[in-house]
Amino acid sequence: MRKIAIYGKGGIGKSTTTQNTVAGLAEMGKKVMVVGCDPKADSTRLLLGGLAQKTVLDTLREEGEDVVFEDIVKPGYGNTSCTESGGPEPGVGCAGRGIITSINMLEQLGAYEEDKALDYAFYDVLGDVVCGGFAMPIRDGKAEEIYIVVSGEMMAMYAANNICKGIVKFAQAGAVRLGGLICNSRLVDNERQMIEELAKKLGTQMIHFVPRDNMVQKAEIHRKTVIEYAPEHPQADEYRTLAKKIDQNQLFVVPTPLEIEELEGLLIEFGILN
Amino acid sequence: MSTDNKTNMFPDSSDLIEEILNKYPSKVAKKRAKSLVTNDPEIDQEIQSNIRTIPGIITQRGCCYAGCKGVILGPTRDIINIVHGPIGCSFYAWLTRRNQTDAGPDGENYMNYCFSTDMQDTNIVFGGEKKLEEAIREAYEIFKPHSIGVFSTCPIGLIGDDVHAVSRKMKEELDINIFGFSCEGYKGVSQSAGHHIANNGIFKHVVGLNNTDPGGKFKLNLLGEYNIGGDSFVLEKYFEEMGITLVSTFSGNSTMSQFENAHMADLNAVMCHRSINYIAEMLEKKHGIPWIKINFIGADATAKSLRKIAKYFEDEELMAKTEEIIAREMLEVQATIEDVKSRTEGKLCMMYVGGSRAHHYQELFGEIGMRTISAGYEFGHRDDYEGRKVLDSIKIDADSRNIEELDIVKDEANWRDDLVAKKTSLEDKGYGFSEYEGMMPDMEKNSLVIDDISHWETEKLIEYYKPDIIGAGIKEKYVIQKYGVPLKQLHSYDYGGPYAGFKGAVNFYNDIDKMVNTKIWGLIPPPWKNEPELVAKMADTAY
Repeated sequence: MRKIAIYGKGGIGKSTTTQNTVAGLAEMGKKVMVVGCDPKADSTRLLLGGLAQKTVLDTLREEGEDVVFEDIVKPGYGNTSCTESGGPEPGVGCAGRGIITSINMLEQLGAYEEDKALDYAFYDVLGDVVCGGFAMPIRDGKAEEIYIVVSGEMMAMYAANNICKGIVKFAQAGAVRLGGLICNSRLVDNERQMIEELAKKLGTQMIHFVPRDNMVQKAEIHRKTVIEYAPEHPQADEYRTLAKKIDQNQLFVVPTPLEIEELEGLLIEFGILN
Repeated sequence: MSTDNKTNMFPDSSDLIEEILNKYPSKVAKKRAKSLVTNDPEIDQEIQSNIRTIPGIITQRGCCYAGCKGVILGPTRDIINIVHGPIGCSFYAWLTRRNQTDAGPDGENYMNYCFSTDMQDTNIVFGGEKKLEEAIREAYEIFKPHSIGVFSTCPIGLIGDDVHAVSRKMKEELDINIFGFSCEGYKGVSQSAGHHIANNGIFKHVVGLNNTDPGGKFKLNLLGEYNIGGDSFVLEKYFEEMGITLVSTFSGNSTMSQFENAHMADLNAVMCHRSINYIAEMLEKKHGIPWIKINFIGADATAKSLRKIAKYFEDEELMAKTEEIIAREMLEVQATIEDVKSRTEGKLCMMYVGGSRAHHYQELFGEIGMRTISAGYEFGHRDDYEGRKVLDSIKIDADSRNIEELDIVKDEANWRDDLVAKKTSLEDKGYGFSEYEGMMPDMEKNSLVIDDISHWETEKLIEYYKPDIIGAGIKEKYVIQKYGVPLKQLHSYDYGGPYAGFKGAVNFYNDIDKMVNTKIWGLIPPPWKNEPELVAKMADTAY
């Protein structure tokens, strides 16, 4: 089983990209589980068709210790398994501790055991690595591959670089490696070249360039992935390609994060000067 | 250790300091060096104190929460103190110090109950405010107390539960006094931060709520006396006999209603300067009540302190009564000293405790001819060592800034012009107010002063000085005893006491006599350590 975590700046499209990619993998016949690591619990909406799901932490709170696997993992599109860790409402308690608790709970319940015959487990993690709890998926040998969703916007690149710093820290102690950058286009000038250059400097690859297309929004309104909603649309093929590239990926590295000046230099070179 | 035969002076301890520091990494050594001072009472010496302990060093210190909940609020009987946190921290929800208390006329005594919110993993994740509300409600329904205090442990600060908002809400709902303390354990550098936070909280939420005149001719607050082993009970008797109304004690044998009324006193007598000087200062700023430093540990110190209090009230009858008590009590004191001193004279003691105790107890030891070769505080500040004259030169660092400094304004309706005038007139006659000279000027030349002593330093000092007794706490006790040195717990008195006042002094002389003259310490290491085979004979007659 390959265990993959998706990181990236808040609002960059991690959940959308993850679910569309997972749909692509499912179409290929892979058995995939998606673990949403965001208190908002919206990481599996497109796979479950908007089905409001009871989160691991809600279940834990209500059922006490008597939680069974079926209570917290729901089947989604293409025989995927979907679970949401959940968490407190904004401004209360400790969401990071919530992630830790729910991932431990999933392990205790045998979510990743052989009998589940999983090919992939995907962790979709909230925003930046804000505290130890949100780094949980890449600690202790949980996720071993990381993909960072990024765009040509300054802050998205800045966040990607920061996440790489986190990966370096955990890579030294464990098996976690960076698998590549996924560019989710925001139609920034020279975006593809800039992200390819950023990937090179980080010692990794831009695994795929996902063009911007309104079909993604349209599918989302219908609570579906593009692959499910419009399987013939070219955008569906983009996600299929991304799924295939991830499936065949062999390049796993410990990234080499950039100094802030270097990062800004990149933006000037590709953005302003051209 | 041998003293100079001619002058009987302590040896210069610089070689010992060097040996201690040599073991440390150079950066640590540089830092620790500033907290080890060879004392010279004739000159001003600076000692580094109230700074963070270096990680890796085994320290004596406690945490902010222990200082707030355990030390200051712990001894008050009629308040329910709820610990908001996991059950482990709530070991201190129970009274772990030996603060004694009267039962009180109304039976409102919650001191031997524990109240904790028992935070679980789920409460950490989703926040514990609701659980705290429920706990307050439940405690109220069962006990119907007049006041409830809420104490934050570390995780509460980390997850951001607002104990103050919850307290305000519940205060409105239940119509009793409820207030919270942000005394998370990690705040400040030691329990001292917790004392300050407790002082602020009590002053903000309790002091001044009741303007009823407590009555009596001479009205006194006793600050920084915690009734360990019944110390306050001894002192209360003297005040009663003198005709002094004890309005409140912070906080030995105390009640919340005493605190509410504390601003009606004529004088604040401060015993433990470190833990309570904040309230004394605030009472003076807000109400014009002056404060003096006193000490009831030691018979001479007690006599001096009683005289100072009597002198303040400028009443002939009171002064005569005070002399009568002193003369009467000193008979037993002197008789005991005469008996004990022949066995204790010249023996050496060391003390590492508190923010005042390491100073106060030197008087007691001195009265039976024992000398303090080394002493230091666990959580004292520079003013406790060097005197309040250095207050302005103490640098405010980030750790102190972390603690709220209350903005106190004059209370026009309850302002004591008469006391302000009294203070001025007495000062003109040479009477000292708001004074504390600190510990160092009272210590002998070449004695070694150490702040926040470490385990390693304690061991080296024992080897070097071979003291006859050490005064410290439970954490140090057994390690020191394994060196064959008796340890007197000066936090909890080892089930002994009271040690305050004249009666307390007599108890102390006798206890110390027993401790330093018992032969048991000579049997460590045990005989079988050197002689693996011990020969014994059967008794002739079997019973």
